[in-house]
Amino acid sequence: MSKALEAKNINKYFRKPVEFHVLKDISMDIEQGEFVSVMGKSGCGKSTLLYILSTMDTDYEGELYLNDKLITGRTADELAQLRNEKIGFVFQFHYLLAEFTVLENVMLPAKKLGKKSYEEIEHDAMLKLELLGIKDQALKLSSRISGGQKQRVAIARSLINDPVIIMGDEPTGNLDSKNADIVFNIFKDLTHEQGLSLLIVTHDDDFAQRTDRIITMEDGLILS
Amino acid sequence: MKFSVILSISKTHLFSRKKQTIIAALGVTFGIGAYIIMMSFMTGLNGLLDGMVLNRTPHIHLFNEVKQSEKQPIDKDDEYKDFFRVVHSIKPTESQTKVNNASAIMSYLNEQPYVKGATPMVRAQAFYMAGTSRLNGSIIGVDVLKEAEFYNLNDYIINGDVKDLAVNENGILMGIGVAKILSLKVGDVVQVSSTSSEVFPLKIVGFFQSGLADVDKIQSYVNIKTAQRLMGQPITYITDINIKLYDMEKAPEISKDLRAMFDLSVVDIQTANAQFETGTSIRNLISYAVSITLLIVAGFGIYNILNMLIYEKMNDIAILKATGFSGRDVQLIFISQALIIGFIGGVLGLILGYGVSVLISHAPFETEALPTVKTMPVDFSASYYIIGIIFAMISTFFAGYFPSKKAQRIDPVEIIRGQ
Repeated sequence: MSKALEAKNINKYFRKPVEFHVLKDISMDIEQGEFVSVMGKSGCGKSTLLYILSTMDTDYEGELYLNDKLITGRTADELAQLRNEKIGFVFQFHYLLAEFTVLENVMLPAKKLGKKSYEEIEHDAMLKLELLGIKDQALKLSSRISGGQKQRVAIARSLINDPVIIMGDEPTGNLDSKNADIVFNIFKDLTHEQGLSLLIVTHDDDFAQRTDRIITMEDGLILS
Repeated sequence: MKFSVILSISKTHLFSRKKQTIIAALGVTFGIGAYIIMMSFMTGLNGLLDGMVLNRTPHIHLFNEVKQSEKQPIDKDDEYKDFFRVVHSIKPTESQTKVNNASAIMSYLNEQPYVKGATPMVRAQAFYMAGTSRLNGSIIGVDVLKEAEFYNLNDYIINGDVKDLAVNENGILMGIGVAKILSLKVGDVVQVSSTSSEVFPLKIVGFFQSGLADVDKIQSYVNIKTAQRLMGQPITYITDINIKLYDMEKAPEISKDLRAMFDLSVVDIQTANAQFETGTSIRNLISYAVSITLLIVAGFGIYNILNMLIYEKMNDIAILKATGFSGRDVQLIFISQALIIGFIGGVLGLILGYGVSVLISHAPFETEALPTVKTMPVDFSASYYIIGIIFAMISTFFAGYFPSKKAQRIDPVEIIRGQ
């Protein structure tokens, strides 16, 4: 199986207030269709790693490959384009554009990509919302729906451009167990049925146990 | 990337904060509106004031002045060429006040491409007879219709019409001051005596009011032929030639040429009214300074609101960047918001400015100097509207540019992790 994402010898330093070696020579990879969770105590560097893998943080040493292509050293605009097309995000806080409707939120990354017509995008977005069971909320303002629904909208948005990998920073951290369960099952279905790779940072032990693989981190090192 | 996506995002931002958008746009509206009102009114007023002098003053005035000869006889003698020569008590040369060969000079001038019109004038000293007393008078003989065309004589007439004077060789257009002293009304006959004590009965066809009481007490207009008769002179007798140019600014240059060509005194309008130019340029300077200040204040208003908007929208910016919008896209979103505010505010400002200008132009305004002006002068020149909208766009662009630059630099990781 080909690798969706691969990191080689990633080192990261925080320079302020004092120099601090956050990530120590991290190497890891994620196969296509693999559901991986990252666990570790607060401050072990797991979120930092996630933001480096997500290409949003470019201040690191080492090499990062997406679909076997080196992406370290590309310009900010190229990386933005890459994120738009290949990477989906789900955050702990739902991070929707509050003044836009649910549907518009989901459509936005596809509009940015600009590969499809408005009608096609709208159709796709409705499909994704249907997949996540919130089609009936499509025309509501995204600030007017519940937390669990928001998180599902965020997942729908991350899926709209059919990315290679979806990354999540504690996507269930803010949800009750019922909603967390729903979100987990959606993730599971996505990996199994659509061959998506998933990389989820979490504190939730139950959640992690049910994933394909757990990466445990401590003090900037990968333990297992 | 289609620009329409960016526009739709900025539109949503603007519409979802209607209050802020309206306040920002109103800032521009008032700035631009005030600019338009200010410029239209000030320029209108300036035009009126300028016109009071410029419209009735010839751009170049040719006449025969009584003066000393520039070369005294001793200067012409070669024998004393190298001597230091002093002549005491020089008297002006004896010369006539008439312009020699006036009709040839005028037809030459009227053929020049820069001349709008050259008109003859006869100045005559006379007395207005009132019983046994005689009032000093200055009678000006003019080509009446041309005088009305080039020097707006009609604007100063409060009773009657220039056409009545033009067709009546025994008519007189009298200064209102004289008429009051003599209790005359239109249609009356006034006895005018020339310096040689010949008496001419002239029929009053109208009154004029120049705004200068001293002038109105002395001066009257008649046809040029009437003035010549009054002086006992033939129809070739002309004392002044007045020239109106197409471009007033060229007057000093042209008068220099004319001085070299004709043996006459030549005075251009800039020399005759030097103090007047200064007043105009300072009034213009003040109105520009005030307008630009207004526009800059409006610009700062927009800058503030956009800056605040960006702080409120930190999360949105982080999401947009995380989902693949580049820094440039985010910057464009905020610049386009500024420009939309600028455009809407600017257009409303133009409408406001136009509306208030129309109101002002209907406000009553009475002045002694211009009897025909009844309302406030306003200049509705399109250039102020064009400058206004351009300035609105430029100032809002800069007001949006700096905050948008900040938005472009926002690091999404910091925002997302900061929660």
